[in-house]
Amino acid sequence: MEKAATIVSLPVLEPSPGALLRRRVFGHAGLLIGCTVLSVIILIALFAPWIAPHDPFDQVLDRKLIPPVWSESAKATWIHPLGTDHFGRDYLSRLIWGARISLVIGFSAMLISGVIGTVLGVLAGFFGGRVDMVANFLITTRLSMPVVLVAIAVVSLVGSSLTVVIWVLGLLIWDRFAVVMRSATMQVRNLDFVAAAQALGCSTSRIVFTEILPNVANHLIVVATVEMAHAILLEAALSFLGLGVQPPEPSWGLMISEAKGLMFFDGWLIVIPGTALFALVLAINLLGDGVRDVTAPDGT
Amino acid sequence: MNGPPLVEAREVSCTFTVSGGFMKRKRTLQAVNRVSLRIERGEVMALVGESGCGKTTLAKMMMGLIAPSEGSIEIDGRPLSSLDRMEVARSVQPIFQDPYSSLNPRRSIGSIVTQPLRVQRDPDPGTWKRRAQEMMELVGLPRRLFNQYPGQLSGGQRQRVAIARALVNRPRMVICDEPTSALDVSVQSQILNLMQDLRAELGLTYLLISHNLAAVEHMASRVAVMYLGRIVEEADTASLFDSPRHPYSQALLESVLTPDPTLGIPDTHLGVSYPDPLDVPPGCSFHPRCAKAMPDCAQRMPRRTELPDGAGVACHLHAGTHAARSAPPEGNRTARAQDG
Repeated sequence: MEKAATIVSLPVLEPSPGALLRRRVFGHAGLLIGCTVLSVIILIALFAPWIAPHDPFDQVLDRKLIPPVWSESAKATWIHPLGTDHFGRDYLSRLIWGARISLVIGFSAMLISGVIGTVLGVLAGFFGGRVDMVANFLITTRLSMPVVLVAIAVVSLVGSSLTVVIWVLGLLIWDRFAVVMRSATMQVRNLDFVAAAQALGCSTSRIVFTEILPNVANHLIVVATVEMAHAILLEAALSFLGLGVQPPEPSWGLMISEAKGLMFFDGWLIVIPGTALFALVLAINLLGDGVRDVTAPDGT
Repeated sequence: MNGPPLVEAREVSCTFTVSGGFMKRKRTLQAVNRVSLRIERGEVMALVGESGCGKTTLAKMMMGLIAPSEGSIEIDGRPLSSLDRMEVARSVQPIFQDPYSSLNPRRSIGSIVTQPLRVQRDPDPGTWKRRAQEMMELVGLPRRLFNQYPGQLSGGQRQRVAIARALVNRPRMVICDEPTSALDVSVQSQILNLMQDLRAELGLTYLLISHNLAAVEHMASRVAVMYLGRIVEEADTASLFDSPRHPYSQALLESVLTPDPTLGIPDTHLGVSYPDPLDVPPGCSFHPRCAKAMPDCAQRMPRRTELPDGAGVACHLHAGTHAARSAPPEGNRTARAQDG
């Protein structure tokens, strides 16, 4: 009897938030696929100098237009698994180095536009009134400008380089951030916990950073991934038009552009960078959707 | 009562500008119109009235969330406008109606309950967790919920978290804006009883805003009835529920449904519907709906008359009877002195 009395009942613990999150992440196929593909592309881009079998700029004219290894052609060789282009440059190496450019442009443009759009949207949604009017005017002005046309105009005025492309895209695609952040902030702003924080004596900046932003962050992540994919496609489009990254840099858009003359004879020259672009954009979008699903407070 | 009241509103008004739409004139909405209200230490003041009569606006002004357009609010005899945001927060804390929107879904329960201590830069961070857990136990929440998130809690538990957050800094007054109306009927009485117990234990003063007249009768020591931004009657709970003086208070009490189905829906004699607050009727704002309206009511706005039992009524019926018949001349003089 004495012994029984000393047994202490351990408190029953609810599953910890971390465990719940892990369960959600590993139950979400789209998120896992997107994450894997994106990680692989990022790793390839990071380690390009060690992975790429050849110098992407090295032109060997007597080895030009070798088809990839899976073709029936006798010229196909394992020295150039994806073949060579019309200057005899190794296509696999150019693809690997091109991943760097796509990711750098997508990520930087997303960051620039994300900062502009989020600041504008959160201010407009939180303060309303005149601030909202100004923000709305800026958003409408921005929406009335066709992105590709403005980008072409700017690039042809100041000349094109990687930095110019990043800034032009970053300064042009913040509209969706601003619109989504504005409406999300307006919704959260009217909830009672914001009033409770005000009644506790919190300053406005504290309320924005600790009460509003954590509750709109999942929208932010989704828009960020969509816009990153958008920027990558826009870069490809600009490079295809000859106004983006300049040759001989190996950008995927530029590779498609350079191959368009040979499209009917050596189709793989377009199919390979096109597939890479498709895989990257799809992976980013899957990741964004997955993050949204997993971080939603009800977690369905 | 000794000393100044805990919270006193003096002739406060609050006006909002409402835009009528594109190219239309802006109109003003008088949400609260020259309201005076004294809340003494330890009492439970209830504020009742239809939706949109300005109860919540008055409460928000008392928390310093909205600045009054006219008049002043004093806490402990010091004007609220001269007090620091943090000082107001230490004295007055709110409990909201909807516990689903009053808790940040991204914060854990522990983070929500310790938030007031963090915001106030409480000097003793080592004790925060212990104090928050003590407060959680006091409001009937098991400690194991400390690391949970609001999404994992029931409505009643969430309202207890909101109460713990309001009380962890030991405020003197709690403004409860319909604290039970979003809850399950079975949980409502639990929360009301918890609030009663906490009041006794921590020496709190409540301002209770409610549509639930049974809850008001159960909890409150005094009741103020609001109509279209004005207090039309203020009296002790017992005398208001026994003999409401203002025709609007009478209608409000008659509107309560009884459990006996044979009695049908009560007739409140209120006739026309609630008027447009943007276009307040002249004279006594209640006269279009009043069963006892006199020709005078549409012309002059009634002033508040203090009655001998400590109640105050703003109605021509009572101004007349009181001044002319029932009250002795000295009583009349004191009433007027209090009025001014």
